[in-house]
Amino acid sequence: MGYRDHHSVFGAAEGTPLVVSSRFGAPDGHTLDGYKASGSYDGYQALDRVLGMAPSKVVATVRDASLLGRGGAGFPAGVKWGFMPPDVQPRYIVVNGDESEPGTYKDRLLMERDPHQLIEGCLIAAYAVGASQVFLYVRGEMAHAQERIAAALNEAYAAGLVGRNIAGTDFSVDIVMAWGAGAYIVGEETALIESLEGERGMPRLKPPYFPAAKGLYMAPTIVNNVETLSNLPWLFNHGVEEYLKTGTEASPGTRLIALSGHVNRPGVYEIPQGTTTFEDLFYGDDYGQGIRDGNELKMFIPGGGSAPWFYPEQVGMALEGKVVGGAGSMLGSGAVVVMDDTTDAVAACLRLVRFYARESCGKCTPCREGTTWLERILRRIIDGHGRPEDLGLLESVGDNISPGPYPTPPGRPRGSRRSPSRPSRPRSARWARRRWRRSPRRCVASDRSSMPTSPTRRRIRSRGRR
Amino acid sequence: MAAHSLLSRDRAEAGSIVSRFSPENEALAREIIARYPRPKSAIIPLCHLVQEEHGYLTDDGMAHVAELVGVTAAQVQGTASFYEMFKRHETGRYVLGICTNISCLVLGGAELLARAEERLGIRSGSTTADGRITLEDTECLAACTDAPMCQVNYRYFGGLSDSDFDELLDDLASGAIDEVVPPHGTLARVRQHIPDDRVANIGPPEVQVAPEWFTRREAEMAAPEGEG
Ligand SMILES: Cc1cc2nc3c(=O)[nH]c(=O)nc-3n(C[C@H](O)[C@H](O)[C@H](O)COP(=O)(O)O)c2cc1C
Ligand code: SF4
Ligand code: FES
Repeated sequence: MGYRDHHSVFGAAEGTPLVVSSRFGAPDGHTLDGYKASGSYDGYQALDRVLGMAPSKVVATVRDASLLGRGGAGFPAGVKWGFMPPDVQPRYIVVNGDESEPGTYKDRLLMERDPHQLIEGCLIAAYAVGASQVFLYVRGEMAHAQERIAAALNEAYAAGLVGRNIAGTDFSVDIVMAWGAGAYIVGEETALIESLEGERGMPRLKPPYFPAAKGLYMAPTIVNNVETLSNLPWLFNHGVEEYLKTGTEASPGTRLIALSGHVNRPGVYEIPQGTTTFEDLFYGDDYGQGIRDGNELKMFIPGGGSAPWFYPEQVGMALEGKVVGGAGSMLGSGAVVVMDDTTDAVAACLRLVRFYARESCGKCTPCREGTTWLERILRRIIDGHGRPEDLGLLESVGDNISPGPYPTPPGRPRGSRRSPSRPSRPRSARWARRRWRRSPRRCVASDRSSMPTSPTRRRIRSRGRR
Repeated sequence: MAAHSLLSRDRAEAGSIVSRFSPENEALAREIIARYPRPKSAIIPLCHLVQEEHGYLTDDGMAHVAELVGVTAAQVQGTASFYEMFKRHETGRYVLGICTNISCLVLGGAELLARAEERLGIRSGSTTADGRITLEDTECLAACTDAPMCQVNYRYFGGLSDSDFDELLDDLASGAIDEVVPPHGTLARVRQHIPDDRVANIGPPEVQVAPEWFTRREAEMAAPEGEG
């Protein structure tokens, strides 16, 4: 047969320590034997080290390493672990393997290719906070990842590495795999917890339902991303000092970046945090190797479907959370989508808006209704029925979903925003509004646009002239 | 009772075939329930098990799940209806999901979907007349670096050219890959099993106390100058 199973390209630049991806290329890296045999340290050796430390010392080590969450918000894991109220039991660890932010592809790779690394990470986290149980929530559509995780857990249980009396010590904790059934919003941590409780996956209000205080079954719960926890074995094998040698002070270590779209070599790359630029990523030999067909870069998404878009002006920027955040976007889930000058920007924007409309959980009216409105307005523009006032309308609907200028200045109350996901909803549309001020609006108003004309634009333009 | 009306509708639809769990799957369901602190947490995995056995989420199946976890059938349906993967009607043997989200879109995902619609003669969201293929337009499936891509019963196929894709469609129609791709409803073919003698501590949250190992180790090992 000509078609093939999905395969993935992955890699790293020479000299980058492979903190999480060292076994991606190993055919048996997903088995216990493979995990034990490969890499510079034996598998589950980090766990042995951790078992020789006081739990609070483990938390302190993770805090010293400034291990930032890789699920989107970039919150330091060690600090989050410290938020658990003392003496409230039970405590749970929930692993977020729901990866469904558009463009994001790394957690699935970690679960399929290196499940034992993740399991060891879960054990370290459970030990550090004194968890009663760990739940590893895998996205529903990822059948293969579920198989790999289940097989790895079975192996680890049989080898005495999970469950009662781990590695012959008194440390005992169960890891249970749970799996979802297709809902983007379940990636949000409080929605994930609802889903784990057997409910509809709708986010809870924060405050008061910060998981670290009131999480699963209202007990203190740490929710961490798959990649975050997969960092732990390396961190404890090599030590904080070694960990801090890669990346920048604010964002140490490495990150997995899924580079997709119009580059010659799309793939999942482990990059040093904060020192690699988008330019390196798009054009570097170790990474994207240039824009396809020698085309020009038109725009790119720096951190997943919820992130505001960037343009060629910003390619020199480093992939560093604070820098990208300061420029009005976010590094989010490490999903970089490249679009060349043949891309119909409005159609691309509509697709993302449609995603948010489809995936709105329906709890808050401005999001539920507003995203559908945004979709309809963009749709009619694409269909050639756009009106000049649509630009303002997009703006006003977007403001109702997430008020205020984006990015929200620090400390500014976010108006009616109720769910942590709401700000991401109108971002694509907000992108459209911003960009339209710069060029498509010019397309509407005059002929001076320097942008290549796609059929869509031509329609907007003729419409605008009428 | 809600369960009753659901049951009768199901019988009417399915010609009175009672689609509860088989004894083996009921045992499996009980094993899954036992892994959670509260039985209700098993609703989603058990609904998947219903789909695995019957191809879609039947009313009887939901009623059985409800009995096993101790809620009403309406509560099970209330949860299940939130999630895209739970199908309330029979699907084709294959659910073919073509990703049209951003990374796939810019590399021809929408064109693949249009091609599938044309070749299969159906719109996305419907099933071919021979009951083999249900076509869906899906969201990002975390395989963006291999765009455009699709899933068949949640198995990945990537980097699809038009001719690759045509071939895949032919094979789905003819049954040539029935061996490779299990029928709709079957997700992981490896299941987690926790041996009874290896279980550490699974129970309702109400009865949990601080793990003994944690208290002891923290007391004994935290160095005086260490961070408490
Ligand atoms: C709408 C929305 C979707 C999210 N989806 C994911 C996801 O798919 N995977 C993930 O790990 N975190 C996701 N998050 C972030 C989680 O809420 C949470 O912050 C994260 O899992 C914490 O883990 P970390 O601290 O290790 O990053 C999402 C957040 C929002 C608001
Ligand atoms: S903002 Fe949207 S997705 Fe988030 S809770 Fe409200 S309705 Fe649901
Ligand atoms: S956009 Fe198609 S798999 Fe991610």
